[in-house]
Amino acid sequence: MPVERYEGVHLGTTPEEIEDEVERGVLLTTMDRAIGWARKQSMWPATFGLACCAIEMMATGAGQYDLSRWGMEVFRASPRQADLMIVSGRVSQKMAPALRRIYDQMADPKWVISMGVCASAGGMFTNYAVVQGVDTIVPVDVYVPGCPPKPEMLMYGILTLQKKVRTEEPFK
Amino acid sequence: MSAGRHDLPGAAYDPAGDIAESFRDPATGDFRQETMIINMGPQHPSTHGVLRLLLELDGETVIRCKPVIGYLHTGIEKNTEYRSWVQGVTYVTRADYVAPFSNELGYCMAVERLLGVEVPERAKVIRVLVCELNRITSHLVALATGGLELGASSVMLYGLREREVIMDIFEAITGLRMNHAYIRPGGVVMDLPEEAPRKLRDLIDLLPKRIDEYETLLNDNPIWRERNTGVAVLSAERCVELGVTGPPLRSAGVPLDLRKDEPYCGYETYDFDVITRTEGDAYARYRVRIDEMRESLKIVEQAFTRLADTPGPVMIDDPKVGWQARLSVGPDGIGNDPAYLAHIMEESMEALIHHFKMVTQGVEVPPGEVYVTVEAPRGELGMYVVSDGSHRPYRVHIRDPSFVNLQAVPDLIEGALIADIIPAIASIDPVMGGVDR
Amino acid sequence: MTVAELAVAVSARYPDLVLARDEATVVIQRDDLLAALAWLRDAPGVTLDTLSSVTATHWPDRDPAFWVVYELRSTALAQRLRVKVPLRDDDQHVPSVTGLFPTANWHERETYDLYGIVFDGHPDLTRILMPADWSGHPLRKDESLGGVPTWFRGATMPPIDERGMA
Repeated sequence: MPVERYEGVHLGTTPEEIEDEVERGVLLTTMDRAIGWARKQSMWPATFGLACCAIEMMATGAGQYDLSRWGMEVFRASPRQADLMIVSGRVSQKMAPALRRIYDQMADPKWVISMGVCASAGGMFTNYAVVQGVDTIVPVDVYVPGCPPKPEMLMYGILTLQKKVRTEEPFK
Repeated sequence: MSAGRHDLPGAAYDPAGDIAESFRDPATGDFRQETMIINMGPQHPSTHGVLRLLLELDGETVIRCKPVIGYLHTGIEKNTEYRSWVQGVTYVTRADYVAPFSNELGYCMAVERLLGVEVPERAKVIRVLVCELNRITSHLVALATGGLELGASSVMLYGLREREVIMDIFEAITGLRMNHAYIRPGGVVMDLPEEAPRKLRDLIDLLPKRIDEYETLLNDNPIWRERNTGVAVLSAERCVELGVTGPPLRSAGVPLDLRKDEPYCGYETYDFDVITRTEGDAYARYRVRIDEMRESLKIVEQAFTRLADTPGPVMIDDPKVGWQARLSVGPDGIGNDPAYLAHIMEESMEALIHHFKMVTQGVEVPPGEVYVTVEAPRGELGMYVVSDGSHRPYRVHIRDPSFVNLQAVPDLIEGALIADIIPAIASIDPVMGGVDR
Repeated sequence: MTVAELAVAVSARYPDLVLARDEATVVIQRDDLLAALAWLRDAPGVTLDTLSSVTATHWPDRDPAFWVVYELRSTALAQRLRVKVPLRDDDQHVPSVTGLFPTANWHERETYDLYGIVFDGHPDLTRILMPADWSGHPLRKDESLGGVPTWFRGATMPPIDERGMA
């Protein structure tokens, strides 16, 4: 691969280190951006609708608030084919192990949007039955508050996640 | 195409032909016939929510089925014991989240019966209006998700398209698209806004054509008929034994509709029919839902015209019961009515104290117990409410129709193929929020 | 038939009946429960043939400590009746009515799961809403709501059952 050398930016001492650095700096900046763009362009959500937020998620995927504009109308049933898990709805204690299992079955790279206050923090149900925030079980990238969040709010959360994915640097 | 040995017309395809001979068990000389025990759910695109079915399968045939529920148990009933009576509405409305107004209506009617109060006439008309609109949206969701689960994804888009029109009306009236907490003990929170009549008029003109569209698309669709006719048949006697209510019961021929048999909220003054069919299969339930949507539209139209003739308050006048806040539309949206604010902040100390006490503690309900049933879109929704005289409920039990209807699932699918499970459950249309509460 | 007339018909045999707010409630002792429900279902003029709901309430400082509540409905008369069975704290057993009303199956499982009341003769008395390995019966009054404190920046707020507000 042709490599451009930048004057005065070398931090390594041996020629191999310097070569490495420069390669990484130039080539992979472009790669980062390309990969980030490709990843966010058509993220496929896994079907993980639990409760009321699932109905709003369905409405977001339907005709009026169209998720297809961002290539995301394809809700994959199998977590192995999905890269985004939108936890929409209250997570009960009985469902929590299943949720973790689905998350583990998703292949990297994967992201989680916690939709609604019940998934983000337990919502109005601060009791024995609801997990007080799904981030106690899986790492969450974007929290979307609301009970339930309007489709526009969910779309804003998805766009925020896409911005995060686009600027994420996978090789750092 | 050359005609080989396998292309003879009429010759049955024997999967265990010569090649499979090597699979015979050397000890017994028989093929192993085992049943598989397989899990369907809780995360599954077609089980209508977090429902888990434990299936014992012989090939594709279901021998035994055990539904496992509880994956959405939220502790709603226990939570209501720690909140005031009005806050209970916000909990109860999230049980059956596709038809939130029915939950609210049942709970508020129970609290009103405990209090012994009557709501104003206009509030009753508005309650009927929003509940019937909710019935339409709920049946649309049933249709949309049922279609999607069977593979007819365009039905999903059409159903949710109509639902968006009604969601818009709900947002205009109540401020929220779902889980509204609009119906409260004593009436409803706010009167209809100015743009609501126009939107309702547009909806009443639009919906009949769209329902015709669904019927054109699905009624005689060969795939829809094949997958739904004769599937998940439940006889009338078995329905009654299992406690199944709602469209599954009416599709088996029993004309039980609580709006006619035990009228509430003035339903006896509206003109509508109870839709029944006789076959009791999934197709019959689909037809029942479509026709019920038309009947609900009739009621919506009647309620709408009645609104103009029933002016008046929408919340009961009694200061010890009615929700205190007076809301009105100001320059920046819906907010506290300035005249009411002036009254409690500037004019009357007692009014301020009373307002404060009512908002923080809420109404005090005399001790007793009631059981109020309403006809939710899924069946008979019962609210068993117990009060011990304080400002908190002592016990609220929601008898959810989906909880009882799901008991029928083993009856429906034992002996059927796996592919018949999907239309069976879609035709019962359970909402797991109500099942698990 | 009005609910008052139904109350008269039932109270002839089970006199412990209260008519309030247009609803009839009859108290039946545990040992008479199955016979009573069978009579209520089959007696002509009463025909309470559907069971709508089975649930329970817990009164920890009172005797009886539990009430098991059955909501019956008559299809022919379009009337309802509530049957209540008192249970003492040290004896939380009641016969299962699934033989008479198959619909009671899941209702009784839920009441067992949430209250700990054992329904003798139930075909499959296991937990239905809580996880299978849950210990305790959440809806009892002596079990706490089980919430966690709400975290703010630099402060927490206790869960609603511990806040000490009215």
